[in-house]
Amino acid sequence: MASSDVLEQASTWLAEGRKVALATVIETWGSAPQPVGSQLAIDGEGNFAGSVSGGCVEGAVVSEALDAIASGQPKVLAFGVADETAWQVGLACGGKIRVFVEPVGP
Amino acid sequence: MKRALLKAVLDAKRERRAVAVITTIENGQQRLVAKENFGSDSLGAVLEEAFRFDQSGLHGGEFVHIHNPPLRLVIIGAVHIAQGVIPMARQAGYDITMVDPRGAFATGARFPDITLHTTWPEDVLPALGVDARTALLALTHDPKIDDPALSIALKSECFYIGALGSKKTQASRVERLQKMGFSDAVIGRIHGPIGLPIGAKGAAEIAISIMAEMTRSLRLGN
Repeated sequence: MASSDVLEQASTWLAEGRKVALATVIETWGSAPQPVGSQLAIDGEGNFAGSVSGGCVEGAVVSEALDAIASGQPKVLAFGVADETAWQVGLACGGKIRVFVEPVGP
Repeated sequence: MKRALLKAVLDAKRERRAVAVITTIENGQQRLVAKENFGSDSLGAVLEEAFRFDQSGLHGGEFVHIHNPPLRLVIIGAVHIAQGVIPMARQAGYDITMVDPRGAFATGARFPDITLHTTWPEDVLPALGVDARTALLALTHDPKIDDPALSIALKSECFYIGALGSKKTQASRVERLQKMGFSDAVIGRIHGPIGLPIGAKGAAEIAISIMAEMTRSLRLGN
């Protein structure tokens, strides 16, 4: 799914009255599966469209996105294999990524 | 992201205008910069390259997210090889437009779910706007159809031009384009015979070689 299609999905959800957050890959190191700029749109019920990692960390990103919707605040998440203490999930490919999560506001 | 900003990005996409969303990571503040105005932004120096190479990235504490217009593939010729190219191009994110004046070839039954123009290339391409995010494949083998399309593509900024045909076909194509006034350097933009030389046999493998060559032009330049 191209990044612009993810934004279309976000827009559609907003038009339906759903809460929406966006997650964007802002930095990668090593063999990250999705390039910088890849996006995930998440609605208030945890439905998502797009991809930030090819499936490795989407679950954790979705739960952080729901927090961002609740708090109204953006945050930056970091995922990597070596980062076991901070996150339950990691990238099996050995890469590292940073993901910016933001609510889509009024 | 504010809703108005999201709408502005989607409007730009529909109008095939390139924009960047710049986010200050620390506080989530965002601004929209149109490609033509990059010079007036504080990140102007990096924006020009970022647009050209379609390269989003962090610069200091700011994330530059490039939203170039969607990739577009114009296929001249509703032929068998096109049927191989279309699903792969769609997967790779291309909007696909097919042009073939021969109504028997360009039918919705053979090519479902794409924009079909059963008219001559010169009647549709100027309005379509062949731009820097567009690739064009001339696949008919018929100079009456292919040549006008190639002529329009050569005058445009499109990132890839491919023409189906043997070395012999390509040589006579070059002669015709020379007579139309194109220089050798300009004609050299045409990839012909089309596709990377991977020994492709059959429509599906030729489609792979075309997609590979197109992708190389897009990502690494010509």
